[in-house]
Order: sequence, then C-alpha cells, then structure tokens
Amino acid sequence: MKILVCISNVPDTTTKITFTPDGKSFNTAGVQFVINPYDEYALTRAIELKEAQGGTVTVLNVGEADTEPNIRKALAIGADDAIRVNIKPTDAFLVAQQIAHYAKEGGYDLILMGRESIDYNGFQVHGMVGELMGIPTIAPAMKLDVNGSTATLEREIEGGKEIIEVALPLVASAQQPMSEPRIPNMRGIMTARTKPLQVVEPVGQEAKTSVQKYELPPAKSGVKMIPAENAGELIKLLRNEAKVL
Amino acid sequence: MSVLVVIECANGEVKKSSLEAASYGSKVAADLGTTATAVAIGDVQPDALKGLGEQGITKVLLDNDKRLHDFVGAAYVKVIAKAAEQENSSVIVLSNSNIGAAIGSRLAVKLIASLATNVVSLPQINGSTFTVRRGVFSGKAFSEVELTSDKKIIAVKKNALEFDTTAGATATVENFSADLSDADFVAAPKETIKQSGDILLTEAEVVVSGGRGLKGPENWHLIEELAKTLGAATACSKPVADVGWRPHHEHVGQTGITVSPNLYIAVGISGAIQHLAGVNSSKVIVVINKDPEAPFFKAADYGIVGDALEIVPKLIEAAKAL
Repeated sequence: MKILVCISNVPDTTTKITFTPDGKSFNTAGVQFVINPYDEYALTRAIELKEAQGGTVTVLNVGEADTEPNIRKALAIGADDAIRVNIKPTDAFLVAQQIAHYAKEGGYDLILMGRESIDYNGFQVHGMVGELMGIPTIAPAMKLDVNGSTATLEREIEGGKEIIEVALPLVASAQQPMSEPRIPNMRGIMTARTKPLQVVEPVGQEAKTSVQKYELPPAKSGVKMIPAENAGELIKLLRNEAKVL
Repeated sequence: MSVLVVIECANGEVKKSSLEAASYGSKVAADLGTTATAVAIGDVQPDALKGLGEQGITKVLLDNDKRLHDFVGAAYVKVIAKAAEQENSSVIVLSNSNIGAAIGSRLAVKLIASLATNVVSLPQINGSTFTVRRGVFSGKAFSEVELTSDKKIIAVKKNALEFDTTAGATATVENFSADLSDADFVAAPKETIKQSGDILLTEAEVVVSGGRGLKGPENWHLIEELAKTLGAATACSKPVADVGWRPHHEHVGQTGITVSPNLYIAVGISGAIQHLAGVNSSKVIVVINKDPEAPFFKAADYGIVGDALEIVPKLIEAAKAL
C-alpha cells in the first residue's frame, strides 16, 4: 500500500499571534513552527498501517525551504521519503492543485491529511484534492482501517458518527481519536537524515483568494468576579445583565 | 445572477445554522440587486421549508431522494452544482459545519469558484472586489479575504451574525432532481450511529464544559445536571478526553471542536491557550476555578474563584429557581 501524507507547517499551538505593522502578514519573529497537529494524527495512522500491512509512507509538504526541519521530523517519526513542492502556500486551491498533481503522479492508494490547519483553518484542501482527482473524500475521519483494497472509516457527523466502507483510492482527513502522535526517537532522527527529500517545482499558481489584511480581535473589557458564597448570583446576572439565559 | 443558499436539515427540520445562512444569503442578494433561492437536500418536509421565507428566501428547491437522507459528499455536490447552474448563481452560501465545509471544497473545484470558510461578516462589495472577514489562527485573529473568481462560495460561521426575520413570509417549495447515479453513492455510509437525547454541541446556544477541576468522572453528573437545567450541551477540555473521563467528541479546543455559543461556562478548566482557541468566539464566557491565577479569567466575562464541587450545586439551585 502506497500512502501519501500531506503535512503543513504551522505556528506552535502556544504561540501568541501577532502581525506585521501593515497587517499584511503573520509575524514569524521568534515563532516555533511545528507539524500541524491534525496532520500528525494522519501521519501516525499512516505509519501504523504501514507497520501492520507493509507498504510505504511518503510525506508531502507545499512550502518553502524553511519547512524542511518539520519534514525531517516526519521522516524521523517513520515516513520513508518526502516531497516538498517549492512554493509559499497562500491559498487552499493553490495547495490542493499541487497535492493532486503529485498524488496522481505517484499512484497512491491513500491520501491522508489533517481536517484543517490550525493557522488558516480552511477545512478545504482535502475536499479539493478529492474533487481534482475524481476520488471520494471522507472528512473528518476519526478512525481508518484498511482491508485489502477497501477502507473502513468512521466519519464525525453532528450528534454522532457514520461508518463508511469505500474502495481505495481515497482522500481522508484526520481528527481525534484517529491515532496517538509519536515523538521521534534518536534512531529515527539519525536515519531521517539519510532518507530522500525531493524538492519539486509547483504546477501552476492558480490562487482563488487573496488575503488583504489580518486583525486581532478587540481586547476583553475585563472579568466581573462574583464571590463564591454568592455563586447563585451569577445565574441572575447571566439572565438580567448579559441576557444569555 | 442569483444567490443560492444550501440548507441542512436534521430530524425533518431546518437547522438553526442554515436559518443563519439563509438570512445571510438574502442580505447578499439584496446587496447584489437579486434574489436568494435555497436548495434543501434530504429528509425534510416541504412545510418545514416554507418558513425560510421569513429569512428572505423566495424559492426552495427540494431534492428528497431517499439516498440523500445520509450525507454523501459527491452526490450532494452534484445536486447543488445543478441547482447553481439552473439558477445561474454567482454566490453560494453554506453553513460552516462539517457538511458545509466538505461540500464547499468540492464545489469550489467543480464550479471553479473562490471559497471562504469560517466567515463572520457580510461581504464588502466594491466595484469588482468582493471581500469577507473570516476567523483564522483558531479564533485568535481575523483575516479580510478577497474572493477573486467570478463565482464565490461562502461558509458562514454559526452565531457570528445577527439575523433578521420577517414574520409570516413564506417561500415556495419546488421539487428538484439531479441525475444521480450509483457512482455518486460509492462513499455512502453503511451505518449511522446517533447519540440520543443530547443537545448538539455545535448547535447549542449554551455550553457547560468541565475540566480536571471536577476531580474525576464520578462528579460529571454536576456538569450534566447544570447543563440540563440550562438547556445546554456538555463539553470537556482535552486532558479530560485524553484520560478517558469523557468521549473525544466532547473535547472543545484547538484540536477538538470549535464552539461559538451565546454562553460558555467553563468549570475547573484553567484555560490553556489551546482550549481558548476553541471557545474564544463565544459571546459570554463564565469561568469557575479554584485558582485565582488561572489564565482563563483573563478571557472571561464573569468569574468565580472556588471549588467546582461546591460552586456548581449552588448554580444548579439558582438555575432551578429561575
């Protein structure tokens, strides 16, 4: 089984978000970038499937050279090789177009990624890849098993879940509790240095959206504290003052 | 040119998030000098759809093919694309739900359209530019995004905008059918498992959420009783889901579910930045924590310092007395 896992490079989840003074870009100064946490669920599940059933796991990232430390981390966790499409990912369609092109070229059975990135929160790329490739997309998937040429997935729906059986190839996006992300060990880190990382050029640059500026939400006006002994007073305030009950 | 709104239904009724999408679509249509049509798919009665007139919808296209009663992405996209073609729609409005986002991304490719999800504003339309505001960085910021294709798809975040109603207005409902084949249903669900009796977390107006301050799963009945008294959904923090006190589908936060209710009550949750990311677009936040230095108090509108096991019973008592 050939599995492609798409990862994106995002600010660490504890990052305090700030923007450049003109509001045009995210301020990366002093920010640690990590593999998107949702993509880590996809990556770990792919490696588990490979370990149980054989096959290969290729990691793909659409990004410039500064993403390579996280691509190496994915290789250290257990992916076999990697592709970096050398373009700044400014728009979901632009990213999906690159993934669909290289996924078709590689003839993968499974294309996995996170349900969304925690920076731009698009929830778009997986569906676009599926449509560009003409194959099913299951999003968001909480479980994924493969038996021969058939995958069984649990998809989250509002108020429940669905069980879906579908023939490969397919695209699935991951969320909890698909897997428990792994920390690379020293042996993995050493072997990752010698695993192939291929840098390829983008195919087209057809963005369909353009960010004009970023803004932070207005600061909260402050918390109103209620003494613990009068806790019941809170309920009255929520009804009469905040008008939310 | 027209505006097409995609309506999601549950238990035969239109979801509240779809009423918001309908109101949004009608306002966009008014700005563009055109009308808003809706397309409803699946298990719903025509009478339930007539009420969309109150949100400014003039006509509803209903495809109630039984095979569409469960969500199947490829089939839904085909129905909506056909409706958009028939109505010559240049703007398509969806809810920012799992279904809405899954449809939007496939539809964007099929119609060669720009797509903005998580949208929290009406569009600014200025000559040929069309810009919307959307939540990014897990609710920690906003971006102004220009949709540059001729066709535009917008997924509206729940509870982000006030919506108007015109009492008594009704929409006409027309049967609609796309030429669906078995190939459109290859990813149809084999089985659907619903939780019964719960208020949907993503649709709830009030959410009561618990963290490790509850001390153990045996105390969860306090969260459930407060939620029941307030007509709220229940949720939890990531550590609580990770240790198995609560199921993962209740986990609210950066890598869990994002909620934006009118009222979010956090009990025994310290407010790690990853948790805040999932809740900070709630209108009013209440924090109950025994640690006065808990970071969550900085994001709260109301706060109580105290032991959850002592405070929550007092809240239940006060709520019952309302």
